Amino acid sequence: MNIFLSLIAVLVLILIAWVGAGAANLQFIFGMIMPIIGLMLFLGGIVYRVIKWARAPVPFHIPTSCGQQKSLTWMQSSKLDNPSSSLGVIGRMLLEVLFFRSLFRNTKMELKNGPKLVYGSAKYLWLGALAFHWSFLIIVIRHFRFFTEPIPFFVNFMSSLDGFFQIGVPVLYLTDALIVGGLTYLFFRRVVIPQLRYISLFSDYFILFNILAIVITGILMRYFTKVDLILVKQLTLGFFSFNPVIPEGIGSIFYIHLFLVSALLTYFPASKLVHMAGVFLSPTRNLANNSRMKRHINPWNYPVKVHTYEEYEDEFRDLMKGAGLPLEKE
Amino acid sequence: MSERFDKKPDELVQIDHKPPRKSWMDPKVEFRRGFFNYSANPKSVEYLGLPYARKWQPTDADWKLPPNWKEIILDGLRERIHRFRSLQLFMDICVRCGACADKCHYFIGSGDPKNMPVMRAELLRSVYRKEYTAAGKIMGEMAGARELTVDVLKEWFYYFFQCTECRRCSVFCPYGIDTAEITMVGRELLNLVGCDIDWITTPAANCFRTGNHLGIQPHGFKDSVEFAIDDLESIIGIKTAPSINRKGAEILFVVPSADYFGDPHYFGFLGYMALFHEIGLDYTFSSFASEGGNFGLFHSHEMMKRLNSKIYMEAKRLKVKWIIGAECGHMWRVLHQYMDTMNGPADFLEEPVSPITGTKFENAKTTKMVHIAEFTADLIKNGKLKFDPTRNDAYKVTFHDSCNPARAMGLLEEPRYVLKNVCNYFYEMPENTIKEQTFCCGSGSGLGTDENLEMRLRGGFPRGNAVKFVKDKYGVNMLCCVCAIDKATLPAVVDYWAGDVGVCALHELVGNALIMKGEKERDTDLRGEPLIGKEGGK
Repeated sequence: MNIFLSLIAVLVLILIAWVGAGAANLQFIFGMIMPIIGLMLFLGGIVYRVIKWARAPVPFHIPTSCGQQKSLTWMQSSKLDNPSSSLGVIGRMLLEVLFFRSLFRNTKMELKNGPKLVYGSAKYLWLGALAFHWSFLIIVIRHFRFFTEPIPFFVNFMSSLDGFFQIGVPVLYLTDALIVGGLTYLFFRRVVIPQLRYISLFSDYFILFNILAIVITGILMRYFTKVDLILVKQLTLGFFSFNPVIPEGIGSIFYIHLFLVSALLTYFPASKLVHMAGVFLSPTRNLANNSRMKRHINPWNYPVKVHTYEEYEDEFRDLMKGAGLPLEKE
Repeated sequence: MSERFDKKPDELVQIDHKPPRKSWMDPKVEFRRGFFNYSANPKSVEYLGLPYARKWQPTDADWKLPPNWKEIILDGLRERIHRFRSLQLFMDICVRCGACADKCHYFIGSGDPKNMPVMRAELLRSVYRKEYTAAGKIMGEMAGARELTVDVLKEWFYYFFQCTECRRCSVFCPYGIDTAEITMVGRELLNLVGCDIDWITTPAANCFRTGNHLGIQPHGFKDSVEFAIDDLESIIGIKTAPSINRKGAEILFVVPSADYFGDPHYFGFLGYMALFHEIGLDYTFSSFASEGGNFGLFHSHEMMKRLNSKIYMEAKRLKVKWIIGAECGHMWRVLHQYMDTMNGPADFLEEPVSPITGTKFENAKTTKMVHIAEFTADLIKNGKLKFDPTRNDAYKVTFHDSCNPARAMGLLEEPRYVLKNVCNYFYEMPENTIKEQTFCCGSGSGLGTDENLEMRLRGGFPRGNAVKFVKDKYGVNMLCCVCAIDKATLPAVVDYWAGDVGVCALHELVGNALIMKGEKERDTDLRGEPLIGKEGGK
């Protein structure tokens, strides 16, 4: 049910842009206003989120240790999976953010006859996630050639690397294929694996469909309808120089693409997609396991009612005396 | 055991991991016998000064909640969102990738889909969405938001007391979302309206009053130690002389109370005493800090701090230099990650230095508390101990990493180093079941009691099954561990799933193998079992 509703929701978005920018001739709204709103909500929302998280204290030092601690000098410690220094934490976070270290550990439990539990290697989620996220990043970087003049060298470099195999005209970007593959995998596992279907919400499917629709419209423009890039660049450069221009004849599909991106940007900070920023703040990952070496301060460490030794001795003095235990007060 | 448990493993293992088609949003749970814990004794609730002490049981239709219970919970949640970045972040960033789903021992053993860590968190997250997020307020169920109702509260009670806070899921989560953080907050909220369980609250009340969970009074503690002195003497032929509440000792030694009262913990206790005698350690017990374990951890952050406070207070009063802590899992979670923050700074103590080897324990320089496995490993490395590992030849040993020392500390190699020195036969369980991926005993975080036995056995299935694997493959007959809850609850779990495998403390094996100056020729190990070759007796 959630699957269909979310699919319909994305189709409605497409329809709105198609009708709006096409039939109703509202290109200014879909080419300028919506992206501005989206971008502002995105930036403002992410900043708001991060500030809100950052303002909540980390009262306790709770890293999850995934390897040997640093204790005795002669015992080899695990510097990345259980870091005890800031450098180690940076390494751990880089591994996590760039290569999804924790997901790489993933296993799949199976209950066999015997009974026998086995934990098989399960790297597909890791692979699919890497394919999707890295492709997404590279595609975003590639898009800077539409926003900048002159085009920075790293954008051109990225583009030529992405089209390294020189397949077809225009050259096929590997990331285009990878992101479609990644998204398709991420969608099908939600549908096929019963546990995943059980936990998946409307928004989980909606986000996948939305991004997939963005990718497909992008691919259509590049490889099939061959959108006029000169016109597109007029629009985007106008946008970023606060000098709005709406060139004639870009075609509806571009506005659909842009509207879907605007929608994604708009709800991004209010959705689970904030994991992009949140992962950096996760206290089980970004703290060094050094809580016995360096005191961690809790800003709201309020006094609590404790039971003192004096109260204890007062209650048990006779018994302690009888047992010959030393006393503070005879 | 209060009730007979007659389900056979074959029956228990008929587990369907496929969730129902019904949406998880329906909160109705059935409180089936064997799956939940009884409510707290109102006397214990009152003793600790906690709110809404009353007689009630989870199976009652009416939980006699205070009239404004909903307001209390929602206010409590709001307060905690501002206090814990972990909570706020973990509410916001889960993408429901499901990597955690089959990592939980309770899900593996029960197939109950709400035991998937992601679902356990969603139970709270759904209310968070409804109350604190725009999407949840506007879109309701479509955004995964739920109204907080009495049924949701009951569902929380059921599932937050079916989580052992073992943190295995957090190892696999790409964002490090730690269900223990969520369960801890969930339990705090339940406690605000007096929905505590007895197996946590009563030990906590005992501990507050007498210093230990079992409620052993000072003279009883002294009796226990004297009993151990006599037992040990009859086995090794040496009268050890540990002291209690002695001022000016160099070291305060803190053990979990099960060590001097429980079986098989007790043999490890004999091991500590033998070891400390042999190296001539200047140490004292405290009858007040007669518990390192901390059931407060399973109750609330505040209770954890209240119970933990006595350790530094006693160290200060007795004017010791530093502290050694014995084998215990959750005790070390508190000592390693919370104690210094909550009750420090321990500026009245000195940086720990082993008086025997001169080793500085740099890793404990502010908390000033050293794990006994670290201490013993250092002694062995420096050649201060002599062992006869053949005295442990009756045992083919495997090592169970306890959740907290493994995942909240990283104490992995110290016990292994010690083990390899004191016994000849040591075999590892499969790699996905040890070290940071270790499986919980299924009874941690205050759930190790009788009334929820079926759930415990189900939760212990992954561990039990891994033990069976090494038993079948190598003939393993002894499971060594460094956690008091493990020692108390694993015997039943291992017996049920693997059969004929014992459970022992690390320092029981140390005590067995330790060659002591002036000892008599040993005929038995610390359990009183005849050594191999000495079966005939004398």
